[in-house]
Amino acid sequence: MTFVLALTIGVLYATGTYLLLRRGAVRVVFGLALLGYAANLLIFTAGRLVREGPPIVPAGAFAPPVPSADPLPQALILTAIVIGFGVQAFALVLLKRTCQEAGTDDVDGMREEGS
Amino acid sequence: MNLLLVLPLLVPLATAIATILLSRAPRAARAASFAGAAGLLAASGFLLSATIDGTILVTQSGSWPAPFGISLVADRFAAAMVVVAAVILAAVVAFSAAGIDAARERFGYHPLLHVLSMGVCGAFLTGDLFNLYVWFEVMLMSSFVLVSLGGERAQLTGALKYVVLNLVSSALFLAGAGLLYGSVGTLNMADAAVALRALPAQGLPSVVATLFLVAFGIKAAAFPLFFWLPASYHTPPMPVAALFAGLLTKVGVYALVRVLTLVFNRDPGFTSPLVLWIAGLTMVTGVLGAMAQTDVRKVLSFHIVSQIGYMLMGLGVGTRLALAGTVFYVLHHIVVKANLFLVAGVTRRVGGSFSLDRLGGLLGRSPLLAAAFLVPALSLAGIPPLSGFWAKYLLVRSGLEAGHGAIVAVALAVSLLTLFSMTKIWAEAFWKPAPAHDPGASTPPLSVAERASLLGPVLALCAITVAIGLGAGVLFRFADGAATQLLDPDLYIRAVLGTRGGGS
Repeated sequence: MTFVLALTIGVLYATGTYLLLRRGAVRVVFGLALLGYAANLLIFTAGRLVREGPPIVPAGAFAPPVPSADPLPQALILTAIVIGFGVQAFALVLLKRTCQEAGTDDVDGMREEGS
Repeated sequence: MNLLLVLPLLVPLATAIATILLSRAPRAARAASFAGAAGLLAASGFLLSATIDGTILVTQSGSWPAPFGISLVADRFAAAMVVVAAVILAAVVAFSAAGIDAARERFGYHPLLHVLSMGVCGAFLTGDLFNLYVWFEVMLMSSFVLVSLGGERAQLTGALKYVVLNLVSSALFLAGAGLLYGSVGTLNMADAAVALRALPAQGLPSVVATLFLVAFGIKAAAFPLFFWLPASYHTPPMPVAALFAGLLTKVGVYALVRVLTLVFNRDPGFTSPLVLWIAGLTMVTGVLGAMAQTDVRKVLSFHIVSQIGYMLMGLGVGTRLALAGTVFYVLHHIVVKANLFLVAGVTRRVGGSFSLDRLGGLLGRSPLLAAAFLVPALSLAGIPPLSGFWAKYLLVRSGLEAGHGAIVAVALAVSLLTLFSMTKIWAEAFWKPAPAHDPGASTPPLSVAERASLLGPVLALCAITVAIGLGAGVLFRFADGAATQLLDPDLYIRAVLGTRGGGS
């Protein structure tokens, strides 16, 4: 399973980087989103994958049973997803306004003749 | 819960909320904004006075013991950074009274300034890597809005570049934090530093260190990933640009210093030469970029890049004197750079333009402004007895002592070229006679209120620059103390983890 996730992360990073290097601003924003997803999956995988081991401390014990899933990466990812959502929403609106003002979505075409 | 550590976060937050609530009453909002900036200055002053004797203040939020909760930590370096951040915020808020238009004020200018400072202070004070990511995002999010607020075309295209590269940096930072958690199971910086000692210095820790280096390097606008800065910093109104120029890149430098001295300090054979190369190339590309520009704002933007190189140089050399030089340089530079952007704002107001081709004759029209430009400009270039001279002196001397002749030569040459750039602005904007179609001829003279609001903060920051220059010994002793703390991570670790982090 780790292998499949590692492969997915690699594909996401590759696609994200490729899109970031394109000239169309829409693709660039999609590339950013993919990079964010890749980072999130990376944290998830780095927290080690454990099936069906909820990290709940049984009554009377002082530590969760081994092996149990590490809940912290999931909390981190949740935070990162929320932040990423806000930032991507902002990037999309900014993109829309910029394309309207500049009259193009070509990043190379967005020179500053207007200023 | 130590209130001193929490106040620099709470005061800006409370001010931001107050200014949002007062958004219909611009005068009251302005007053609240200024009161908040003054409050932050006071809070940071208390924090500094509590840490200046070498105490490392620590608070575990929610009373969760480290490494399970989020630690807030203030050593000398962090406390001093919070103080300068508060100084710059106060100067910018005062400048904004006449330096920002009513439309921007109505659409959340003041709340954003304070949320931005909260993010900056949080990044300085946190002792947890994931929390650092969150503070970075708080800071970035408000800076995104500030940079595009107003919606002019140049602003928007600049903002897009700014947003994209900073988000790439955040994604890399997040990946680095994930990999670090995967290898040591903690994100508390002190705890991670202890846990990394059990791992070999090379291998995965080096990969993670490189990820952080790239991520913070983008934020600090270091070579080769600085292009977003000159593409965007000249577009927002000058008070915003001054705040960005003073603080945001320096947060990246601070994070680099923190992470490389505390967490990834075990493989200097790998990181030091890398940082030195980046430092040298950053200095050279920045200063060469500045020489080609004729817009005051762009000249200043490129000089931010080249100055970042000096700060990294101290980190790369890595001796106690060099780190003291870096601390000194960062503190001096924040004041000088923010001031130069504010001066550019006044120049635009008085001279009617940012373009060196169209400006002229400002020496006659406003001798006070000319003097206020000369102080930070000469300090930036490193002319004694101003603050920049001592900062460069420390770095050059530490470089020579450690046998890094090449980087010292680069630093000296770049400083000469900086002087060239500054004299270019001086000669074109202030000294040469006003051009035939003088855009400044139609600008009304500064009113009394404008003088107080625009020139007041500029002169105050000039006074700080001169004071640092004349009392360099005091700041040097402080910077030396900060460097001693940075070089002995066990102090930090013991302060955060208590007895657990004891021996190394």
